[in-house]
Amino acid sequence: MNFALTVVALVVLLAIAWRYLGAYMVSVYQGKTKWLRVIEKPIYSIIGVDPEAEQSWQRYSISLIAFSGVAILISYLIFRLQGSLPLNPQHLPGVTPALAWNTAVSFVTNTNWQSYAGETTMSYLSQMGALAVQNFLSASAGIAIAIALIRGFSRKESKTIGNFWVDLVRGTLYVLLPVAFVAAIVFMAQGSLQTLAGPAHIHNILNGAKQTIPRGPVASQEVIKQFGTNGGGFFNANGASPFENPTGLTNLLSIALLLAIPVALTYVFGKMVGSLRQGVTILAVMTIIFASWVAIGTIAEHQPNPAISAAGLTHQPTGNMEGKEVRFGDTSSALYNVASTQTSTGSVDSANDSYNPMGGFATLTGMMLGEVSPGGVGSGLYTILLFAIITVFLSGLMIGRTPEYLGKKIQAKEVKLAALGVLVMPILVLILTAVASALPAGKAGAFNAGPHGFTEILYTFTSTANNNGSAFAGINSNTAFYNIAGSIAMLLGRFAIIIPTLALAGTLAAKNVVPTSLGTLKTDKPIFIGLTIGVIMIVGALTFFPAVSLGPIVEQLSHGKFF
Amino acid sequence: MLVHLRRAILTSLIFFVLLGLAYPLVETAIGQTFFSQTANGSLTSYGSTLIGQKWTGPKWFQGRPDSYNPMASGGTNLGPRSKQLVTDVKKQIALLKKEGITPTPDLVTTSGSGTDPDITPTDAYAQANAVAKARNLPIKVVDQLIAANTHQPQFGFLGSSYINVLQLNLALAKTK
Repeated sequence: MNFALTVVALVVLLAIAWRYLGAYMVSVYQGKTKWLRVIEKPIYSIIGVDPEAEQSWQRYSISLIAFSGVAILISYLIFRLQGSLPLNPQHLPGVTPALAWNTAVSFVTNTNWQSYAGETTMSYLSQMGALAVQNFLSASAGIAIAIALIRGFSRKESKTIGNFWVDLVRGTLYVLLPVAFVAAIVFMAQGSLQTLAGPAHIHNILNGAKQTIPRGPVASQEVIKQFGTNGGGFFNANGASPFENPTGLTNLLSIALLLAIPVALTYVFGKMVGSLRQGVTILAVMTIIFASWVAIGTIAEHQPNPAISAAGLTHQPTGNMEGKEVRFGDTSSALYNVASTQTSTGSVDSANDSYNPMGGFATLTGMMLGEVSPGGVGSGLYTILLFAIITVFLSGLMIGRTPEYLGKKIQAKEVKLAALGVLVMPILVLILTAVASALPAGKAGAFNAGPHGFTEILYTFTSTANNNGSAFAGINSNTAFYNIAGSIAMLLGRFAIIIPTLALAGTLAAKNVVPTSLGTLKTDKPIFIGLTIGVIMIVGALTFFPAVSLGPIVEQLSHGKFF
Repeated sequence: MLVHLRRAILTSLIFFVLLGLAYPLVETAIGQTFFSQTANGSLTSYGSTLIGQKWTGPKWFQGRPDSYNPMASGGTNLGPRSKQLVTDVKKQIALLKKEGITPTPDLVTTSGSGTDPDITPTDAYAQANAVAKARNLPIKVVDQLIAANTHQPQFGFLGSSYINVLQLNLALAKTK
C-alpha cells in the first residue's frame, strides 16, 4: 500500500516535470528564455561565440570533442594535484595516474563509474571543482546532442543543427543550475551535509564508540548527481549514506530528479517536431519497459534472500534486507536502483551486489536494453530515436515501402548510422567482458565466487559502456586493467554513439519533408509502440541472452547451492 | 581547431568558477545559516544521529551488525548465494540467541551504508525482554520507550517505520 502511494507520488511529480519542465526546456533551447542573460551574454563574449551563428554537424561534433577533451584534462590535473591545492581539509594526497584518468573520463562521459571511495580519496576541491562541475556539464552536453537530433527532424533543407556552445551554456544556466539550487536546499533541510569543515571526531562515553565522520559539501553535489543522471556519490556508500540521502522524502525526490529530464525530453521532442503525440508515443515505449523492470526488481527484492534463509532465518517478511537501509525498506530501495540503472544515473541507495538474482537481473538488463527507458539526460532520447529509425526501417521492409519518420525519408545512410549507434554498446560489453573473463587480471577483480563473480565482471562493462556508473560494487576495479579497460568502454560508449547521432542529425536536417500518404506508417499509434518495444527487446535479447544466462539466470536456478 | 580549443578552455574556466566555486559556496552559506545542525552532520555530544554506532552488551539496544566505520562506507557486497554470507549470518543468529534475542532479518543482515543508524520497531521489540532484564526495568516501560521513539513512514507512506538506535538508547539511559 505504502509502495503504491510512493509510485503515485512519483508519477505525479513526473507528470509535472513532463508538462512544465518540458515546455520550459522548449523555450530554453529555442532561445526564448532570457531571465539569466546578465550571466549568459558575458559568457558568449568571453568565449567569442556569436549566439545567433549556427554550426554544421561536423563543427558541432568538433566543438563537443574539444570541450570534452579539455574537461578530461582539467579534471585529471585537479585530481593529480589536489594534495597541493586548497580546500583539502582531509590532507589527501594527489590521486594516482590510472585512477585519476579513469575518474576524469568517467565524469566527463556522464558515467560516474567510481573505482575509488570518495571519503578517503577526493579533496573538497576535487569534489566541487571537478566532479560536480562535470556532473553539470556532461549532462548539459548530453541534452544538447538530443536537441540537435530533434532539430534534424524538425528542420527542412537546413545546413546547421544549432550551436554547441549556446546549447551547452543555456542548458547549464537555465535548466540544471536553478533546479539543483532549489533541490539542494530541500536536501539540507532533510539532513544532508553542506559544510567545508573537515572530518568530525566523536567519542561516545555511553558505549565507548570512537568514530571519524567524513563531511563535506554534499547536498550541492548530491542533487546535480541525480538531476544530471550522473550518479557518482560523494561517499562510497552513495545514496545509501544517510548524509547523502537522509529520509524517505529525499529518496523519492532523488528518483524523481533522475527521471525528470529524460521524461521531459519526450515533451520537448513532441513539441519541436510539431506533434505532441509523437512524443507521447516515445514516452509510452519508455514507460512500458520501465514499469515492467520496476515490477521485476521490486518483486525480486521482496523475496527472502536465499543465503539468509540457508543460515536459518527463513521468515523474512520485509524481503531481502542485505545491503539495504532500514529507513527505505526493500521495495523503495529496489525502485531507486532500477530507476537509476534505467536512466544513465547509476547512483544506488542499496547494494546491487547483494540483490537477489532476479533483482540483479533487473538492474543489469535495464542497462543492456541501451538505457532508453527513459535513459540518461539526452542520451535516453537520442538512443531511443535510433531504435525508432530501425523500427520504421524494419516495418518498411515488411510492407515494401521506403520508410519515413516524421516526414523524413529514412534511407541507407540513416539506417547505417542508427545501426552503428545501437551496436557500439553491445559490442563493447561483450568483447571487454570476454577479455576480462579470460585474463587473470580480469578474473582477479571478482569478489564473489561462482556465477555471481561473472556477473560482477559483466556488470562492470555493461555499466561503463552504457555510461551508467552503477556497480556490483564488490568488484575490485581500482587496478590498471579495469581502470584502462573501463575508460575505453566509457569513451567509446559515449562518443562512438554521439558522433553517428550528430551525423544523423546533419543528414536529416538537410532533407526536405515528404508529405504523408496513405501508405505512410503512422508513428504515433499503439502499433508503433509495440513495434519499437519489440525491436528494443529483440536487439537486447539476441545480443545479451547467452551472457545473462551465465550470470543472474544460472544463479537464480542454482537452488540450494552456495559458492 | 585552435578556436575550438580556446573556447573549450575558456568555457571550462568560467564554469569552474560558477559551478565549482560559486554554486557550492552559496549553498554552504545557506546551509550554515539556516540548517547548521544538519548541514554540519547532525552531531550531538554522543555522535551523529545519522551515523550508527556499535552498541554491545544486553544493557543497550543494538543496531544492525554493520562495521560502523564511516571512513569505509558501503555494504558487504556479498551475493545472495555467497557461502561467506551464510556463515556470517549463522554466527550472528547464534550470537543473538545467546543474548536472549529472537533474530529478525535486519538484526542479521548488514546495511547499504555500513553505518545504518536505524532499526525497525520489530527489531527493537525483539530486544525488549533482554534489555528490560539487564536493566531491571519493567518490560512495559521498555515497550513504551520503543513506541515513543518510533518514527512512522514520512508523510505516512514514504519508506519504512524506523527507530534511531542512538535516540532510543539515550532515552533508555535517562530512564531509571
